[in-house]
Amino acid sequence: MKRYVAGRLLESLVVLALMSYLIYGLIGLMPGDPIDIMVQADPDLTPADAARLKALYGLDKPLHERYLNWLSAALGGDFGYSRVHNAPALDVLGPRLVNTLVLMGLSFVVSLAIALPIGIYSALRPYGARDYAINFAALAGISVPVFWLALMLIYLFAVAWGVLPAGGMQTIGVDSLADKALYLVLPVLTLSAASAGGFTRFVRASTMETMRQDYIRTARAKGLPERRVVLKHALRNALIPVVTIVALSFGSLFSGALITETMFSYRGMGKLIYDSIMGNDYNLALVGLLFATVLTLLANLAADVCYAWLDPRISYQGPA
Amino acid sequence: MIGRSIFSLLAALLLWPAAAPDARAARDELVIGMTQFPATFSPIIESMLAKSYVLAMTRRPLVTYDQSWELACMLCTELPTVENGLARRETLADGGAGMALTYTIQPGATWGDGTPVTTRDVLFGWEVGRHPLTGVANRDFYERITAIDVHDDKRFTVHVDKLFYDYPDRGSIPLLPAHLERDAFADPREYRHRTLYDADPTNPGLYYGPYRITEVVSGSHVVLEPNPTWWGDAPHFKRIVVRVIENTAALEANLLSGGIDYVAGELGFSIDQALSFERRHGDRFNILYKPGLIYEHIDLNLDNPMLEDRRVRRALLYALDRESLVAQLFGGKQPVAHSNVNPLDWVYSDEVPTYAYDPAKAAALLDEAGWTEMRDGIRHNAAGERLTLRLMTTAGNKVRELVEQVLQSQWKKVGVEITIKNEPARVFFGQTVTRREFPALAMYAWLSSPESVPRSTLHSAMIPTEENNWSGQNNPGFVNAEMDALIEKTEVELDREVRRGYWRRMQQIYAEELPVLPLYFRADPYILPPWLTGIEPTGHQVTTTLWVERWGARE
Repeated sequence: MKRYVAGRLLESLVVLALMSYLIYGLIGLMPGDPIDIMVQADPDLTPADAARLKALYGLDKPLHERYLNWLSAALGGDFGYSRVHNAPALDVLGPRLVNTLVLMGLSFVVSLAIALPIGIYSALRPYGARDYAINFAALAGISVPVFWLALMLIYLFAVAWGVLPAGGMQTIGVDSLADKALYLVLPVLTLSAASAGGFTRFVRASTMETMRQDYIRTARAKGLPERRVVLKHALRNALIPVVTIVALSFGSLFSGALITETMFSYRGMGKLIYDSIMGNDYNLALVGLLFATVLTLLANLAADVCYAWLDPRISYQGPA
Repeated sequence: MIGRSIFSLLAALLLWPAAAPDARAARDELVIGMTQFPATFSPIIESMLAKSYVLAMTRRPLVTYDQSWELACMLCTELPTVENGLARRETLADGGAGMALTYTIQPGATWGDGTPVTTRDVLFGWEVGRHPLTGVANRDFYERITAIDVHDDKRFTVHVDKLFYDYPDRGSIPLLPAHLERDAFADPREYRHRTLYDADPTNPGLYYGPYRITEVVSGSHVVLEPNPTWWGDAPHFKRIVVRVIENTAALEANLLSGGIDYVAGELGFSIDQALSFERRHGDRFNILYKPGLIYEHIDLNLDNPMLEDRRVRRALLYALDRESLVAQLFGGKQPVAHSNVNPLDWVYSDEVPTYAYDPAKAAALLDEAGWTEMRDGIRHNAAGERLTLRLMTTAGNKVRELVEQVLQSQWKKVGVEITIKNEPARVFFGQTVTRREFPALAMYAWLSSPESVPRSTLHSAMIPTEENNWSGQNNPGFVNAEMDALIEKTEVELDREVRRGYWRRMQQIYAEELPVLPLYFRADPYILPPWLTGIEPTGHQVTTTLWVERWGARE
């Protein structure tokens, strides 16, 4: 197992190196650099100003040269300055990463806490009124656009009832955990709704499939109580495809987080990456996207480890 | 009802902090909402509206445009003019004409840490501004200053290498606190990374205005509190919070829920959002619409053979019912533009040809230009060419996309076919407009200042080309020798009445030649609570916060 994990980590490093080149290249291929846009916005900028600023920010060099310069500095621990935030890229990203991990982590926990029991319940009593109601709610969660749901929650809880803040991360001048928790309620609810719906559907389908297997019939024939059949025999097997889906959806949470972060003025990484790409802030965009890649790779690695835990028959040893 | 009770209970249990904040109840705190966070707080490095908005509460320029669109002293005691002798012509070493401008800093002006504001700070601002490695965007302003004579701690004379029509502003160097910032400037290349304005923005010694910044949470909010060393009238609010909420729907929700008090017109709702908000909640807020210098227009690519013909350009404008457009889409809050000059500007001339809606005249002009044959409702010329033009603008801009549809249908009525192709702003401005790659029509806005001579947009030397590294904003490719000469004469003419004549002629040429189709002047909507007083929008680029000490709260 250790060898397997070490091997996957090495693979991840190669993926990261390739991703850094790809991301840098793609951002560089976008039309217009920051100075071109600045020139359009400021009629007083002279051609000499534009040339000087391009040289100052290294934008006068070919793309591959800029990438190699960045890479050699990054290998030495210097990930460059954010042009837009006027601070080291890592310093800008660090707090945002923590915020996003809090938001995503809580959303994951909430959505799984909803999806697992409801999905299993629904699978064990299929095609009844409650199953249909659960399916309807799950489909609604998947179908409702995140921005619309966010707006509705804001209007209900902040504007109409006035019981939760409409956005931000804390009351200005108040520094308490309870206060910060209040500001997380609506973003977490929004982000959880769609993923909980999707996860519920997967848990239900996977559990239903597992419950039809021979070993479940055998377990029942042995006279095991139903509760034990479900929890001991069915659930672990049913969770294997769910773990795959959960790991794969980790990356897509960033795009969901972008909308949620925008709607709730939550200072997270999704919004930061989006703004840095649109603002041609190469260093920040690159580091942000690489962090997102790292998180997705780690989530997938964690999923592989979970497979082995869930199903002892899965082995990561090579062929003898 | 049950839900309401449960949530009220929860809120009470969790000691909801916004329940009864004393400062808000006493109306001595103001929370402003806007949509952009300043990228930097450095007064000198980058030009950005969000930064100007916040910094205007913390510092004062030597000279600025006031609410009546005239240059006025703020940090200086008397505006230098030729008449009062504080501005005078001088002959340069090469025989050319320059100017000497003398300013005196307000005697009470003091940085927030108690250090007096002196000529040392002026000299330091100039030193940073003109250094090629500091990353200052518009260095030309600093390079035009050839020398500064210091008379004493408060009085100095700036020498500039040219005559300028707006000469009182030409020595208005942004001051920097030399006693704090000198170390950060030790390596000029690193200055933009080390400036205390970003490294330590709550340092009181960085500010000398009515307020100073006491808290910055990047991307979220800025807190300002009164500066005890401020020399002017004491401001009313004990605390001003500028909260950034980029999404305007969330901004509205925050305004309605009491999370913010006021939405800044400078960086808040668009006009359609404000009109919609006014219909729904106009009884709870005061909504001010201030038309200003943001000029929406359509650049015509004059290299396009169809648009080379002046008759076609005029026909296009006659075919537009702009009065109806602004009435229907903007509730008449955004006035129709007849030229690039706003009627609020003293250089505006009403002796300029205007183009009232006249489809018959448009049709006659198109006939005259050879577009006579109508097939499928679209005009063709003798060579069988179809009168089709591509209209481009920024994708996702709802107002512009609505305007596009109106224009398309109005032009269709006179047989002009419009195909629409929109692009994301960064592609549109970063490439299509800058490199003149729009085949016919490009709709966007210009932001200028009062009496801004249109060199960059109308002088033939400012047509972007590969040779000049795509600089200049004469995107239509307009070439007119008389316009070039007028621009050059206006820039160096010190006599206001002579300039008025030049401006009149420039506007006439603009209206006759129509390198650009004027549409309307944008209006900024300010959404104020009924109790907030003293906010007076300027209509030009200077933000309302420059007069923040006049703001107050009605009981």
